[in-house]
Amino acid sequence: MNRPADPRQVHPDLHLLEAVGKAASRTARRSFLKTTAAAGAGLCIAGFVPELLTAAARRDAADAKFFAPNAFVRIAPDDTVTVISAHSEMGQGIYTSLAMVLNEELQADWSKVRVESAPVDPAYNHTVYGVQMTGGSSSTPSEWQRLRKMGAMARVMLVQAAAKQWNVEPSSCQALNGVVVHAPTGKKATYGSLTMEAAQLSPPADVPLKDPKQFTLIGKPKHRVDTKEKTNGTAQFGLDVTLPNMVYAVVARPPVFGGKVKSVDATEARTIRDVLAIEQIPEGVAIVAKSFWSAKQAREKLQVSWEDGPNAILSTEQMLADFSKQSATPGIIAKKEGDATAALAGAAKVITAEYDVPYLAHAMMEPLNCVVDLRPDSCELWTGTQFQTVDRMQAAKTAGLPPDKVKINTTLLGGGFGRRANPASDFIIEAVNVAKIAKAPVKVVWTREDDLAGGWYRPMWHDRFSAGLDAQGHPVAWTHTIVGQSIMAGTLFESFGIKDGIDAASVEGAADLLYGIPNLQVDLHSPKIGVPVQWWRSVGHSHTGFSVEGFFDEMAHAGGKDPYQLRRALLAKQPRMLALLDLVAEKGNWGQPLPAGHGRGIATHFSFDTYVAQIVEASVEKDGAVRVHRVVCAVDCGRVINPDIVTAQMEGGIIFGLTAALKTEITLKDGRVQQHNFYDYPMMRIFETPQIEVHIMPSEESPTGVGEPSVPPVAPALTNAIFAATGKRVRRLPIRARELAATSGVKS
Amino acid sequence: MTSFVLNGKTVEVDLDPATPLLWALRDSLGLTGTKFGCGMALCGACTVHLDGKAIRSCVAPLSRVEGKQVTTIEGLSPDSSHPLQRAWIEIDVPQCGYCQSGQIMSAAVLLREIPKPTDQDIDEAMGGNICRCGTYPRIRRAIHRAAEMAPERNKS
Repeated sequence: MNRPADPRQVHPDLHLLEAVGKAASRTARRSFLKTTAAAGAGLCIAGFVPELLTAAARRDAADAKFFAPNAFVRIAPDDTVTVISAHSEMGQGIYTSLAMVLNEELQADWSKVRVESAPVDPAYNHTVYGVQMTGGSSSTPSEWQRLRKMGAMARVMLVQAAAKQWNVEPSSCQALNGVVVHAPTGKKATYGSLTMEAAQLSPPADVPLKDPKQFTLIGKPKHRVDTKEKTNGTAQFGLDVTLPNMVYAVVARPPVFGGKVKSVDATEARTIRDVLAIEQIPEGVAIVAKSFWSAKQAREKLQVSWEDGPNAILSTEQMLADFSKQSATPGIIAKKEGDATAALAGAAKVITAEYDVPYLAHAMMEPLNCVVDLRPDSCELWTGTQFQTVDRMQAAKTAGLPPDKVKINTTLLGGGFGRRANPASDFIIEAVNVAKIAKAPVKVVWTREDDLAGGWYRPMWHDRFSAGLDAQGHPVAWTHTIVGQSIMAGTLFESFGIKDGIDAASVEGAADLLYGIPNLQVDLHSPKIGVPVQWWRSVGHSHTGFSVEGFFDEMAHAGGKDPYQLRRALLAKQPRMLALLDLVAEKGNWGQPLPAGHGRGIATHFSFDTYVAQIVEASVEKDGAVRVHRVVCAVDCGRVINPDIVTAQMEGGIIFGLTAALKTEITLKDGRVQQHNFYDYPMMRIFETPQIEVHIMPSEESPTGVGEPSVPPVAPALTNAIFAATGKRVRRLPIRARELAATSGVKS
Repeated sequence: MTSFVLNGKTVEVDLDPATPLLWALRDSLGLTGTKFGCGMALCGACTVHLDGKAIRSCVAPLSRVEGKQVTTIEGLSPDSSHPLQRAWIEIDVPQCGYCQSGQIMSAAVLLREIPKPTDQDIDEAMGGNICRCGTYPRIRRAIHRAAEMAPERNKS
C-alpha cells in the first residue's frame, strides 16, 4: 500500500539507493562470502576513512572525553567500551555477537562492553547490501571482517598511546583484558586511562588480525549483553518511548488493500474523552488523542465509508484454484540442467504432486509503532526498524525535508522477522503523515488486529512437481513449477531484484537445489495480485523448503528408497550437507525403533549460506491432532561466534517453522483478511513445544547466517514424519487435523 | 480517580474507570515493562499480579483494581534478584525480550503456589503466554532452575 509510483522522480536521493541496490542482487549476496574473503581488506579499509566517522564519534573525539577511533567503538575514561551496532537487535542476539567479534581484537574487559544502536549514517551501511539494514541472516557474515578491523584499530592506538607515555616501543607492550602492560618495566594502564592520549593519534593505515587459533572470545558461549534489561522491565522497545507532551494515535485503514476513504462521520468518535484530532491522511483516517486508549475507543466509534477498489474481489480460495491451474502451464525458466522433459518421457516411473502454502503474517509480539517529533525544520523518529536508510529517505520525502534533517533512533525490536524492513516504509511514512496533523510529538500504535490485517505477508505459493525414476527407483528427472507473487516487484529494488523475469527470492531453495539430479527444470509464474507481500523469516525458502523436501520424500518412497539413504546418494558432491545429514541421522536415531504410532521424518535445506538437517519425531491422534515429540537439528554455519546464540536461533526458528506448519494462515474473502487476533491466528505455545536438540558442526569456514536457516526444513521433516506414522501425505500448510483424522482417507 | 497500591506505593490515576490497567500503567504511570501484545488476554505479554494472582492487565478495567495491590515486573524485586530473573539471565532465555516480563510474572505466581513445579505444572501455568521468538524450551529450563535457586536464596 502507498507505494509511490516512481519514487525516483520524487526524491533524487533514491537514485543513490538504486545504485547501492545493485549490490543487493542475489548474485552479489551468494558470492559475497568469497568476495569478502578475497577483498576483505578493501572493504574494511572503508572504516578507516575519517569522513566515515559519524558526527557523534567526531564530536566525542573532539572533546577527548571519549576515545572514538572509528564509527563502531567508543571507550570512556571509566573503561566502559561502547560498541555501536549497525544492525538492529530483534532477538537474534546480534548486539552480543557483534560486540564479541569487535572485542576479540580490541581485547577490552568483556564485562565493560556495552552496545548501542547506530544512528543513520553511511558509515553504517551494510558491507554487502550498501544500505543500513538488518536482514537476510547477513549481519554476522557481513561484519565479520569489518568489526574485527575496528577493534584491532582501537587496540593498536591504545597500545601506541601507552608506549608513547612510557617512552617504550609499542611492540614491547601487550594489551589484554582492557589493560596495556609493559612487561619489562611492569607498567600498566587501563584502556580508560589512555583515552585522551589515544584520541590524539592518527589511525593506523592497516592492522593485522589475529590468527583464529588465538581467539579467546569467538566460539565461546558468552552470556547475552541484553538479558538483564529484558528481565526487569527496563528494556526500551519502540512502544516504550515516551516524549514530553507526546500524544497518541491509531489509524483507521481500509478493509481492502488499496481502498480509499469515501466519507467520514466522526461525530460520535469526537465525544470520546481526550480526543484531539480526527483527520484523513493518505493511509486512511488518523485519530489523535491524549492517550492510546482514547484514540482506540474513538476509532471504534468512527464511521468510515470506504471505496474498496479492485481488490474487493480477492479470494484466497479462488487463488488456490487459479495457482494450481497456472502451474500446469509453462512459466519462465529459472533453472535448466539436462533435458527434464525427455527424461520424464523416458522414465520407468513418473510421480507428480502439488504443494500449497498460505499467506502468513509476521506477528511480532510487539505490534508496529513509531514515535515522530515533526518540526518545521527537522523530523526525529523512534522506532524498531530493520531498514534505516530507506526509512530515513521515505520519512524525509514525506516530511518534505532533506534526509540529513531526519534522525532515526533505532530502539530494540520486539521481534522483526522481516516485517520491520518494509520495502515501502509503510509504518514510517504513515507515522510521519500522522505527525503532520498531530501538531505534537506522536506515538502511532498498531493493534494486533491492525498488524494481522495490515498486509505485507509472506506470499501464498503453489509448487507443482514431477519426478522421473529409472527401473531401480533412482531419480533421473525433476521438474518444479512455482506460482506466487514476487516480493521485489513494485519495490525500489525491482530492477535489481528481478532478472529476466525471475525474482530470485521466489525460486531460492529450488533453483539452487543441492541434490545431484541429472535433468532438472524449475520455472516460475509471478502473478500480480493486490496483496502487499514481503520477506518473512527465510523468505522464499519458507515455501521451497517445505515443498522440495516433501516431494523428495514422495520420490524416495515411490522408488522404494529410504529417504535418508536417497538423500545421501544425491548429496555425494555436497560434503558439508552430507556430513550434516549423517550427523542428524545418528543423533536423531534414524532407523531405530519408535513407540507405536510414532514416525520420523528427515529434511535438509541450504539457505543463507548455511546448511541445516533436521529429524522430527511425531504422532497423530485419532482426531487428527498432530503431536511433535522431538526435533533434532544439525547446523553448519561456518565458524561459530557464540554457540549458545546459534542454538537459540535454531530453537526459535524451529518453533517459528512449526507454528507455520501447524497453525497459521492468512486468508482473504471478498478482499477482506479473515484473521483478527491470536484466537484465529494462533501461535505455538509452551505445552505444544517438542524437545529440541541442536548439534553444531565444528567448522573453520567463514561464518554464515543463523537467524533464518532452521525455519525451512522443519515443516517437511514434520510432514514426512506424519507420512511415516500414518501413510498420509500432507501437501498443504497449515496441516489440517480433519484430513489426518482416523476416519479420513489417505490424501493423495 | 482510581487509587491502588502499585509495587508497594499508593498511586492515583484520573482516567475513565473502564480504562484497562495496562494503559494506566504504561501511559499514565510510566511503567512500560508491562507489554501490549493483543488486547484480548490471549498472549500474556501484559501479565501483572493483582493481590498476588496473575492477571492480564489489558482486559482488567481500573475499576477492578481500586484499593488493591498491583505488582508489575518493575516491582518483582528491587535489584533483578528474584530467582526467576537470575535463572533467566543464567540460561539466557530472552531473544527479542518483549514477552518476557509477562512470562516472568506468570512464572512467579507458579513458583509461589508450586515451589517445585513439574513440566505439566509449567505447561498449565505458562500456556497463556506466547513467545513468538520460541524461547519456550529455555523458559521451561529457567523455571526449573529458579525452583532450585529459591531455597538457596531463602537460606541466605
